[in-house]
Amino acid sequence: MARMTFLCDSERCIECNACVTACKNEHEVPWGINRRRVITLQDGLPGERSISMACMHCTDAPCAAVCPVDCFYPTADGVVLHSKDLCIGCGYCFYACPFGAPQYPQATNFGGRGKMDKCTYCSGGPEVDNGVDEYIKYGTNRLAEGKLPLCAEMCSTRALMAGDQEVLADIYKERVVRRGYGSGAWGWSVAYAMEQRDTFTPGVGFEES
Amino acid sequence: MLPKLLRALPLLAALTFGGPLLAQIEADVGGGEAPTSNFVSPGLESRTPSAEPISPDDVQLFQPYEDQLVGRVSIPNDSLGVLVQPDGRAWRAFRIQWGFWITTGAILVTVAALAALYLLAGRIRIEHGRSGRWVPRFSGFERLVHWTTATSFVVLALTGLVFVFGRYLLIPILGHARFTPLAELSKDLHNWSSLAFVLGILAMLVLWVRDNIPERADIVWLRQMGGMFSKPGTPHPETGRFNAGQKGIFWIVVLGGLVVALSGYVLMTPLALTGIMGMQIAHAIHLLVAVLMIAVIIAHIYLGSLGMEGAFDAMGRGEVDENWAKEHHSGWYEAQVRGRGGRKPRGRSAAPAE
Repeated sequence: MARMTFLCDSERCIECNACVTACKNEHEVPWGINRRRVITLQDGLPGERSISMACMHCTDAPCAAVCPVDCFYPTADGVVLHSKDLCIGCGYCFYACPFGAPQYPQATNFGGRGKMDKCTYCSGGPEVDNGVDEYIKYGTNRLAEGKLPLCAEMCSTRALMAGDQEVLADIYKERVVRRGYGSGAWGWSVAYAMEQRDTFTPGVGFEES
Repeated sequence: MLPKLLRALPLLAALTFGGPLLAQIEADVGGGEAPTSNFVSPGLESRTPSAEPISPDDVQLFQPYEDQLVGRVSIPNDSLGVLVQPDGRAWRAFRIQWGFWITTGAILVTVAALAALYLLAGRIRIEHGRSGRWVPRFSGFERLVHWTTATSFVVLALTGLVFVFGRYLLIPILGHARFTPLAELSKDLHNWSSLAFVLGILAMLVLWVRDNIPERADIVWLRQMGGMFSKPGTPHPETGRFNAGQKGIFWIVVLGGLVVALSGYVLMTPLALTGIMGMQIAHAIHLLVAVLMIAVIIAHIYLGSLGMEGAFDAMGRGEVDENWAKEHHSGWYEAQVRGRGGRKPRGRSAAPAE
């Protein structure tokens, strides 16, 4: 069984924001919500890096652990999805998420939150695959059609990759060996290898997948 | 279990020492190498971009937060510039381990202690029986304030506990589909009844603060445990309108209530007042102080009803039996009789006993 993951190679990301735009367009994400965003560190300084970040679909997902209404569920592919019918917009997943993935539409004048929205790895929600309900709540379900998330498919420099964890680790390892250096796979240690989160070594900690 | 508890330590330490644990965070960010410090060639300082704006024309692009790794985003939402927020892990441990067990423990210990008190010592009786004469104790407005605060507190406590225990206790019973409307209702009730609660504690503060200033007699009262375990017949330690225990409840309710209300409003207005770490700390404070208040109020409810004969009349009908007043608040009773302190006894005490 595949374990679906994202990997952003910060040596390649040129901050073109095509992934952000593709995501917003594909899923008709409402104004004010960004399921994916590109963050530039050390902007204009030596050592500048850009990283495309969204929900990483963690192995031991903090959002699922803290949710008071238990609305999260992992799919067979390791994708972390949630039910907007159950979500009450309390914001707990936002406190717990290391990546700032959960987003909320503003529901009240005081900044109160509506139902949470986040990256679905282009695989919708609990509704019938690619039905109208699923599209309105979560956007399209590309995974059900055998396609990978559009943000990664769109990436012109192949910085952002989506796919099985072992395949991505192999590709990234080859890149690091070829160019002789690497800056790590952002977020992987936090998202996928909870016990070895302080170091990143491709191929280590994936046995469980 | 143990590693998860250990992960909560940074948050507890942050609460204790008020500062983020940098070493832990640096370790947690993981994955990539830390952004290198920028090297500035000699003589080119003015032309080298730096993190801090050096002239009024500069715009700060990279904002180094202590607890997060923050960069620049081109999306018009600066809060999305947080790349990694490792403190979420500490908050997670607090939410599903520490907070859960502290709440459970505080409630169970309080209830067990009160049950033991009731079974061992029984109900605290009026030693000389009811006299049948009534001494006015709380005015109608005071009782309105008390019961407004009390009702809103019970609503706040129960709806808040839905979020601590609901997933473990109610979802197995009700199922997900029926628990969500309950949780949503709880959230709205929790938010709105806070307004009545805040009004209530502010009114209490104004009404009762002068009767709740700690004084020397309170130490005596506390040393004798309020006379609770004294031999029958020995007089209770002398107290004014409120004894040390009641003063304690007053200050816990007023000060604790304000802390809970303020931290709650921080959570109700996401990112308006603090960053995400501020909200995590606000949530922890909110829960810990609320749990303290719930434990204290459980004891307060017990002593004001089942635990002590004649006590409920004070907040129920606003008057207390004369013998109860003499036994429990002799100092206050004497002052009432002498008409001291600006509160003259209202002369509705003529009802003959038999």
